[in-house]
Amino acid sequence: MYRLLVLTRVLDRYLLRLQRMGKAALYAEAMGEEAAMVGSALALHPEDVVFPSYRELGVFLVRGVPVSEILDRQLNTVDDPLKGHEFAVFGDRRFNIVPAPTPVSTQIPMAVGYALAFKIRGERRLVVTYFGDGATSKGDFHEGINFASVFKPPIVFICMNNQYAISTHVSRQTGSATIAQKAIAYGLSGYRVDGNDVIAMYLVSRSVFEEVRDGGDPVLIEAVTYRLGAHTTSDDPKRYRSEEEVQQWMKKDPVDRMRAYLIAKNVIGEEDDRSLWSEVEAFVSAEVERALAKPGLEPEVIFEDVYAEPTPQLREQIEEFRQQLRTERVMRG
Amino acid sequence: MTVLTFAKAINEALRYEMRRDERVVVLGEDVGVNGGVFRCTEGLLVEFGPMRVMDTPLSESAIIGVALGLAANGMRPVAEIQFSDFIFGGFEQLVSNVAKFRYRNAGHFTAPLVVRAPVGGGVRGGMYHSQSPESYFTNTAGLKVVVPSTPSDAKGLLISAIRDDDPVIFLEPKRLYHSLKEDVPDGEYTVPIGKARLVREGEDVTVITYGATVYDALAAAEEVEKEGISVEVIDLRSLIPYDWEAISRSVRKTGRPVIVHEAQKTSGFGAEIAATIAEREIYSLEAPVIRVTGYDTPYPLVHEHLYLPNKDRIVNAIRRSAAH
Ligand SMILES: Cc1ncc(C[n+]2csc(CCOP(=O)(O)OP(=O)(O)O)c2C)c(N)n1
Repeated sequence: MYRLLVLTRVLDRYLLRLQRMGKAALYAEAMGEEAAMVGSALALHPEDVVFPSYRELGVFLVRGVPVSEILDRQLNTVDDPLKGHEFAVFGDRRFNIVPAPTPVSTQIPMAVGYALAFKIRGERRLVVTYFGDGATSKGDFHEGINFASVFKPPIVFICMNNQYAISTHVSRQTGSATIAQKAIAYGLSGYRVDGNDVIAMYLVSRSVFEEVRDGGDPVLIEAVTYRLGAHTTSDDPKRYRSEEEVQQWMKKDPVDRMRAYLIAKNVIGEEDDRSLWSEVEAFVSAEVERALAKPGLEPEVIFEDVYAEPTPQLREQIEEFRQQLRTERVMRG
Repeated sequence: MTVLTFAKAINEALRYEMRRDERVVVLGEDVGVNGGVFRCTEGLLVEFGPMRVMDTPLSESAIIGVALGLAANGMRPVAEIQFSDFIFGGFEQLVSNVAKFRYRNAGHFTAPLVVRAPVGGGVRGGMYHSQSPESYFTNTAGLKVVVPSTPSDAKGLLISAIRDDDPVIFLEPKRLYHSLKEDVPDGEYTVPIGKARLVREGEDVTVITYGATVYDALAAAEEVEKEGISVEVIDLRSLIPYDWEAISRSVRKTGRPVIVHEAQKTSGFGAEIAATIAEREIYSLEAPVIRVTGYDTPYPLVHEHLYLPNKDRIVNAIRRSAAH
């Protein structure tokens, strides 16, 4: 559990740096929210299906996604499993992760439908969808959860309340005192969990997931956490929040907290901890080197996956595009 | 005159109108404290306060729906949608409510509002930060659609849009926000909606475009000039209503229209222009109408420079047209 927290933190820092170097288009940092990601995802079964938002790095790692594939994705190398069609999201059928749409909240009704199909077919599988506090202001959230409250498919809604939607504080997002209480209006249960406590996140998720897999009603979990970094690499948080506030939350850093706990309980020593960090650091940095050495994607990929079969019009455009590439290559010599 | 970037010109127009007319209010995600993710609303919260500069919850439907209510009740709202890619959450409000409001009410209630949204690619923004959704709106009666391409036009057209008695979708090419600077007239300055701008005069080929591709068209025109092809470039500036006079005058002169836009080809706005040319000016044509556009795929993250109607693609089209 702790190793996964450390891995998430280290990889997150690398992904941020890679974006700063211009190697990746955009990156939404996970720092500060690792416990909510890792704790909840550890309670999933492999056959459960996840609909993440764009920030769930820790969830991907827990699902067993290799670091190399996350890097291929972020750097759009020739092995990018999503072929460079879009950024900042990871998803892969092999890991039962459906890639997130950037338009906030739009994955929620879809996740409900995905879960409903399990119910219709009588499969004992769970769907978990993650989204931010900002996402709860959109109709898609309300319409999705309301629909779920009628058909009761096996779904758990996890709101990562990291206090901000870009610059907008959660208190400006809703008049409700908590996100969890919104569940009540839909006749469902809502849990509010300390999202910076990985053990609490794990225990609550485990019991909720079991209950829902067993045919219980959908549940909303609010993980109370904090985005320690910027919203994305094009955001400057100094414009909207104070250094003191960030410092307060730094004290509750979920990775530090777990470390302190493990050391206090004598599960690990300072020395073990240091070697864990340097081992993870060395591993990630080697993976980064490998990924950086890979070539990029061929231009033609931009025409793939628009339809099962390209339309005649699209075929013509692909031909025109190839012609254009040939001319450019000739012009460049 | 003051030298302003495109983003600053937008800011200047908003400030000018807010000072002049108390009914003008701004609302959208992160427009207040943060000054907008592209800084177009920078400083407005401090000057006008939170009742006129509203940081809204994250809901495009509510932003546009609330703007409509404000407009119907005597205000002049300017709603910001953070990226036009997210406007679809408010599509129902725009298409079913805003666009049809005057007609449905037979003019008893009207919708004088502006929806501003950044459009277009070239910023490595991927699928959901690069789209050009204008034809969803040009295909909806009741909406006006404006796309400025210079800081001065941004200011002048935005002021006109705010004063317009009908809803205006105001699309701002985001790659121009901070890359472009020019002298912008100070104070009162309007540019009429529905008038194109003749960017460059020429004799042989007419390039009809709007938004950021105006600059690609100009670069292409410079390049083919060396080969002796003289290109006229028209910046439509406003799609609904569009300036047919400007188009027909030029097409009659050159007989060779090339239409350029970033949005995908099929059912893009270029199709409307091409069809109208075919209906009304077919006998003036020396060459078939050619369109240089985004391809019929979602906007790709990788290789976007090849997807966009770049200078090279426009040069090719001009040469093909001129060869007739
Ligand atoms: C529908 C929609 N509107 C606007 C945006 C632009 N945007 C990207 S992230 C974001 C804030 C999202 O906040 P939240 O849901 O709390 O998630 P967080 O980013 O904090 O994890 C906004 C406004 C978007 N992606 N989708």
